[in-house]
Amino acid sequence: MGSISLEHVKKSFGEVQIIPDITLDIKDGEFVVFVGPSGCGKSTLLRLIAGLEDTSGGTILLDGEDMTKAPPARRGLAMVFQSYALYPHMSVRDNIAFPLKMAKAPKEVIDQKVEYAARTLNLGSYLDRRPRALSGGQRQRVAIGRAIVREPKAFLFDEPLSNLDAALRVNMRLEITELHQQLKTTMIYVTHDQVEAMTMADRIVVLNAGNVEQFGSPLELYKKPANRFVAGFIGSPKMNFVDGQEAAKHNAHSIGVRPEHFALNRTATPGVWKGKVTVAELLGSDTFLHVQVEGLGLMTIRADGDETYTHGDDVYLTPDATRIYRFDAAGKAI
Amino acid sequence: MATAQTRTLARTMMAPAVIVLLLWMAVPLAMTIWFSFQNYSLINPLMTGFAGWANYEYVIGDPSFTQSLINTLILVGGVLLITVIGGIFLALLLDQPLWGQGLLRIVVISPFFVMPPVAALIWKNGFMHPGYGMLGHLWKFFGLQPVDWFNQYPLFSVVVIVAWQWLPFATLIFLTALQSLSEEQREAAEMDGANAINRFWYIIMPHMARSVTIVILIQTIFLLGIFAEIRVTTGGGPGYASTNIAFLVFRTGILSNDIGAGSAGGVVAVIIANIVAIFLMRAVGKNLDA
Repeated sequence: MGSISLEHVKKSFGEVQIIPDITLDIKDGEFVVFVGPSGCGKSTLLRLIAGLEDTSGGTILLDGEDMTKAPPARRGLAMVFQSYALYPHMSVRDNIAFPLKMAKAPKEVIDQKVEYAARTLNLGSYLDRRPRALSGGQRQRVAIGRAIVREPKAFLFDEPLSNLDAALRVNMRLEITELHQQLKTTMIYVTHDQVEAMTMADRIVVLNAGNVEQFGSPLELYKKPANRFVAGFIGSPKMNFVDGQEAAKHNAHSIGVRPEHFALNRTATPGVWKGKVTVAELLGSDTFLHVQVEGLGLMTIRADGDETYTHGDDVYLTPDATRIYRFDAAGKAI
Repeated sequence: MATAQTRTLARTMMAPAVIVLLLWMAVPLAMTIWFSFQNYSLINPLMTGFAGWANYEYVIGDPSFTQSLINTLILVGGVLLITVIGGIFLALLLDQPLWGQGLLRIVVISPFFVMPPVAALIWKNGFMHPGYGMLGHLWKFFGLQPVDWFNQYPLFSVVVIVAWQWLPFATLIFLTALQSLSEEQREAAEMDGANAINRFWYIIMPHMARSVTIVILIQTIFLLGIFAEIRVTTGGGPGYASTNIAFLVFRTGILSNDIGAGSAGGVVAVIIANIVAIFLMRAVGKNLDA
């Protein structure tokens, strides 16, 4: 079991308010990702749940039990840190066994669980090495191994992949997702990378300046962003926003169109946006065009990989009328 | 330093400094060894010439030598024990966030800046004097007979004074080691259910092993030659109760005006220091390997 409820949780460091007021309900077995720009309070929120920081107000319930004031060890959660935080003087085996040793588990149980963790994470042949003799990805696995042997109520991941190179990150992303499907334990995962959030999460919490902007499934966030911030944050490349007269035509303060929701034309068509290509990024599968649109500014367009636009080409853009997002003056979706 | 030419050039350029350094070390050592085999007494200028092993036999054969050797080891061991344990304890306290931390640290470090004879005098007259020392007053306050520290516990008193001087050094090194321990490691241990004692034992102590080694090695080098504190307080007495090897050399060479025997004692002291160093490196040196 591992349901986590936050009720009006607040956190401030002295005068600085990091989290004004957050209420969240995380169900048992869910994979929830906290995503947001740096400094939005996502790591602080995770540390509050872990018990590494004290709340300034509100209550934290784990499986319905009030754990607001409980020390980290009593909460039954396991955390994987950004720097892995392995104990450098202990072998991989001792690192993984450490939480069990602290819990005074009998030796056979420790051996058995370490063996299981090592098998799950492909660490078998490294058990007697020291952490410094391991690569980044292996260290990450040891950190996860140390977390799973405790059979916690929930796993907390604090930007665990940000120290890995791009290829390894994609790999570990898959491994963590698979691990979740295998263990079916609640996981909370903090990242600033919206691709990680979209690919891994059952539900995503988008945070901005300590506030929950939206809490929903990845596709919900993509298709029905609650406001301009979420619309701009989820999706890559970013959504294009247009203010003023063009937006007023759609009865909105501003409108947004995702790069993939445009039709392109080389020939002039009346009533569509005209622009000049400034940069064309050819990825093979797709082509990202940066287009300077007359009167509207720079826009990013995702075109088919076979399109061969180059710098200076004239292009005519037709936004997909059914996929125009409209926002009011406060940025809320209409 | 890639080519043979630059290597040769580098050696040539370094040579003068290396030669001066060699002379600087070798000449005094050679002279000491030379004198240790000579009949050379300042009281009797007629007694000259080669002495053979007589000076060594005189120094080592004397019962005071054995006692001085034991005293030296007790002095070094006692001070190491107090400073390492006390230093770790103080460092743990000073690592806690508290108001006036910067000032407090300077105050804690300050005994290290007091010169050894001055420190010894402060303790001798300010604290340990049975008549007007602070400890004497304390004893009298509780209706006890004041302790005459330097006559009743001469070696222990010297250990206390020297430990007081070196405690700040140990504390400082341990404090920097503590501060280099990553916060995430402590937090990880906390999440893993380690209480304060377990965190100290399994996380903090292994992290500090290297600095403990460094403190032990550096302090041993200095503690083998403790002199000023003994000279100012007990004068090596009563009898030979607080005489260490360094002070024995002084007593033989300077107080007894026997340069030959003093030199022999000096050579023996060098040999003992090397033996101690070898044992120490065997015992704790493995902690220095990264």
